[in-house]
Amino acid sequence: MKIPLSRIAHARSGDKGDTSNIGVIAFDARHYPVLAREVTGERVKQFFGEMVKGDVERYDLPNLGALNFLLHEALGGGGTLSLRIDAQGKTLGAALLRMEIEVSESELGS
Amino acid sequence: MIRIANGQGFWGDWLEAPVRLVEQGPIDYLALDYLAEITMSILQKQKEADPNLGYARDFPPLIARIQRRLVEREIKVIANAGGVNPIACAREVRRLAPSLKVAVVLGDDVFGRMDAFLAAGHAMKNMDTGEPLSTIRDRILSANAYIGAFPLAEALALGADVVIAGRCTDTALSLAPMIHRFGWQPEEWDKLAAGTIAGHIVECGAQCTGGNCQVDWQSIPDMANIGYPIIEAEPDGRFNITKHEGTGGRVSVDVVKEQLLYELGDPKNYITPDCVADFTSIQLRDAGPDRVQVSGIRGAPRPEMLKLSIAYSYGWKAIGTLVYSAPQALEKSKAADRIVRERLDQLGLKFEEIYTEFFGVNACHGPVAVPNPDPPEVQLRIGVRGQDRKAIDRFTRELIPLVLSGPPTGTGFGDGRPPVREVVAYWPALIPRELIQTTVEVVK
Repeated sequence: MKIPLSRIAHARSGDKGDTSNIGVIAFDARHYPVLAREVTGERVKQFFGEMVKGDVERYDLPNLGALNFLLHEALGGGGTLSLRIDAQGKTLGAALLRMEIEVSESELGS
Repeated sequence: MIRIANGQGFWGDWLEAPVRLVEQGPIDYLALDYLAEITMSILQKQKEADPNLGYARDFPPLIARIQRRLVEREIKVIANAGGVNPIACAREVRRLAPSLKVAVVLGDDVFGRMDAFLAAGHAMKNMDTGEPLSTIRDRILSANAYIGAFPLAEALALGADVVIAGRCTDTALSLAPMIHRFGWQPEEWDKLAAGTIAGHIVECGAQCTGGNCQVDWQSIPDMANIGYPIIEAEPDGRFNITKHEGTGGRVSVDVVKEQLLYELGDPKNYITPDCVADFTSIQLRDAGPDRVQVSGIRGAPRPEMLKLSIAYSYGWKAIGTLVYSAPQALEKSKAADRIVRERLDQLGLKFEEIYTEFFGVNACHGPVAVPNPDPPEVQLRIGVRGQDRKAIDRFTRELIPLVLSGPPTGTGFGDGRPPVREVVAYWPALIPRELIQTTVEVVK
């Protein structure tokens, strides 16, 4: 079944120049494999569409049940150059949590 | 065990936080972070206008306000409040708090050494774009090397009550007391990595005690009186993150995880001047109410190159807004945007970028925002950026006329024309560490 990522994960996002980083963290460590399978760099890039001009890199932190995404060329130039209201990408983590992922009942547990 | 608190996550953070940290419970060290990447260029301009300025001006009055408690409780302060003029900062602290021993760490400021570095063959290429520094040489406003925790620890060893640095890393502020008190050596990479990660967790102040936290945020208690973070550090590198009893906010494993991932790059290679920390080695454990234990951290040898933070003048920008109400608030805003662009075009004005957002519809989340077909009001927000100041200035005069000459219900122009702002850009680069020699001075 399809669920929004927010059902099983929380997130925090920030910036480094024109790159936005989004940390996605499973509430329950048992859901980390689902995160790792469903939330690929490619899917994150697809989700944000024209907002992310460069590549999306993913780094895995299984010890924290977390994934770290680097969204390159995602902040309109970044820092002081950006003309966006969210020049630091502070809200992009919340946006990503609306992405739908595929998960089975048994994986989700109860 | 020593307690290291962070009372300022950036210059502009809550003024009461450091005062409360010295009042509300035990701490041994108070770390205060004042410098963002662009701050140095602003301070450099202030110093050029007045040789007694160029530091974080909030800092000396704060020390004056808390000086009695610092003495009574033997709390030492470590801050990067020195900006581009740590000595002037120290003198002002001494003037306001004459009983305190103040030391400065110097050597990070390389603004005057750029030509010598270039002449010696250091290209200082932009780490993001690969461009050589020579392309912006005449527009540089400030240049500083990020220095690590060891010079700060040296200042503590001199018996300083207040240590003032310029551009040190944020994490060095918390790591320095551990090096000083536990006698950690430059090659104890695991311990240095642990102290660095402790510094990373607390460097944004209340962001690790419940601020900006997505987990059940409505249940986080008493955020008006949020407690700022405290590291309870052990000599073996283990540490707890906590806050003072009776303060608001929350310290939990979830909260600490969010902050660990904040502004993180490659988690296995978190590079600082002191070590390379491995975030994939971190183990977290709930250690009681508002207390998280952190252990297991591994580190690797420090890099041969130090990072330079160079600021340069890039150009100009302005952002103007107008508000349109329902019905058809979004359609009206889009029509107004088209009119502004057409008029700018007719004037023959050229910009590097014109960017439009519809605040209330898609400003934060862009194309992934949940559709809002008939919002009660929309703020049209148009930004322009370019090298030609005159063009930017002319843009600032093109929005308000639309109230009379554009779509209906235009309002929200009370603040008048938007200001033209200088764009100071950031140029990250590398320099061999042996070129950066720090010194520590007690300021009389």
